[in-house]
Amino acid sequence: MSSTLQLFRQTFKRDLTLAFRRKSELVNPLIFFLIVASLFPIGVSPEPNFLSQLAPGLVWVAALLATLLSMETLFKSDYEDGSLEQLLLSPQPVFLVVLSKVLAHWLLSGLALTIVAPLLGVMLFLPSEGMPGLMLSLLLGTPTLSLIGAIGAALTVGLRRGGVLISLLVLPLYIPVLIFGSSAVQAAVTGLPLDGYLALLGAMLALALALAPIAAGAALRISVSG
Amino acid sequence: MAQALLTAQSLFCERDDRVLFDQLELAVSEGEIWQVEGRNGSGKTTLLRILCGLSSHFEGELYWRGESMDEVREQFLSELLYIGHQAGVSAMLTAEENLHWQCALHPSLDVSRAQQALERVGLKGFEDVPAHQLSAGQKRRIALAKLYMSRAKLWILDEPFTAIDKIGVAAKEALMVEHIQAGGSVIMTTHQDLSSQIPLHTINVEHFASTQREWSE
Repeated sequence: MSSTLQLFRQTFKRDLTLAFRRKSELVNPLIFFLIVASLFPIGVSPEPNFLSQLAPGLVWVAALLATLLSMETLFKSDYEDGSLEQLLLSPQPVFLVVLSKVLAHWLLSGLALTIVAPLLGVMLFLPSEGMPGLMLSLLLGTPTLSLIGAIGAALTVGLRRGGVLISLLVLPLYIPVLIFGSSAVQAAVTGLPLDGYLALLGAMLALALALAPIAAGAALRISVSG
Repeated sequence: MAQALLTAQSLFCERDDRVLFDQLELAVSEGEIWQVEGRNGSGKTTLLRILCGLSSHFEGELYWRGESMDEVREQFLSELLYIGHQAGVSAMLTAEENLHWQCALHPSLDVSRAQQALERVGLKGFEDVPAHQLSAGQKRRIALAKLYMSRAKLWILDEPFTAIDKIGVAAKEALMVEHIQAGGSVIMTTHQDLSSQIPLHTINVEHFASTQREWSE
């Protein structure tokens, strides 16, 4: 199966190269993430006590929306230039290519958000006990968001304005991740054990990892067929 | 009589309440070049997409080497080279990067011949230039370079010569003749006149179009 691994690696490399050549798409989610966090204190209240109560949910909502915004581009350019047709005509399994693309996408969106998140935590006066919970929950939660988002992106890639539709399709599936993610941060802040929340986030990730690439592959077939 | 590679039986395709073709029969054997004819919008591209399995909006049967397509799809894909209307060339990648990814997708492409193929299509010296800086014809040539690297049995080419100059077209024609002499087959659409030396089979999609509108339930 070395050719299959080879394809996984090549696709991963290709998508990273593409992302670094389109710099604006690369920094978009991060800038959005930072803007939300910096506007909130201005718009609502700069009161530290108040903000530190909001912080766990706020960082998570911002991360969720930033991921959602970046999903639309996952298959778009491949669809437009015909690469997607070539992908679907490969004798190799499609889910593998999808998985590789999502991994590359997550590294530059979800993982980047996770790394920047403590900075936002500080800006929003999140107590320092909450930081490990924030990082861990984002680390387990954002890949799930990317994987689920890939299904929505695959379903809407053939539509001219798919952005809104992705949100509608995918948001209900994002809610559980949001709930357990922000609860994990909350628990960390109050000193309660995190294990339960993290286990649930991990379970959701395992489920998404197993099913989402296959679903996205099938969705791509439908989109290209139309 | 050579063995039929790809057989299509009683194909029916309808789009926007218009029947593109009905009862279309096609049998492509080894060593044959088929040209699909028809005016703009008559369904040539649709037919090619159905044949290679990209589109599933049709009724009828497809067979690869006499076996039902559903059962031997993987085998079929490993022997297919498809160059579509959109060439599958990523504008932000260089010619070389594009070809390398294509090779990873399609084991029937010989990656060791990539350099030579780019030379043959006249892109020597442009290997490291991102495709968006190349002309339309040069971009098309990146996709056509795959013809020089392919070990696939069946080539399905949708308007391969768009934006290609005369010398380029002549070279590709010669290549196709070489391909069928080695036992391969080609199905293609083009609006250009092909050289008369090519043994050409033609099928006109419009002959299978039903004149009156049909309403399906």
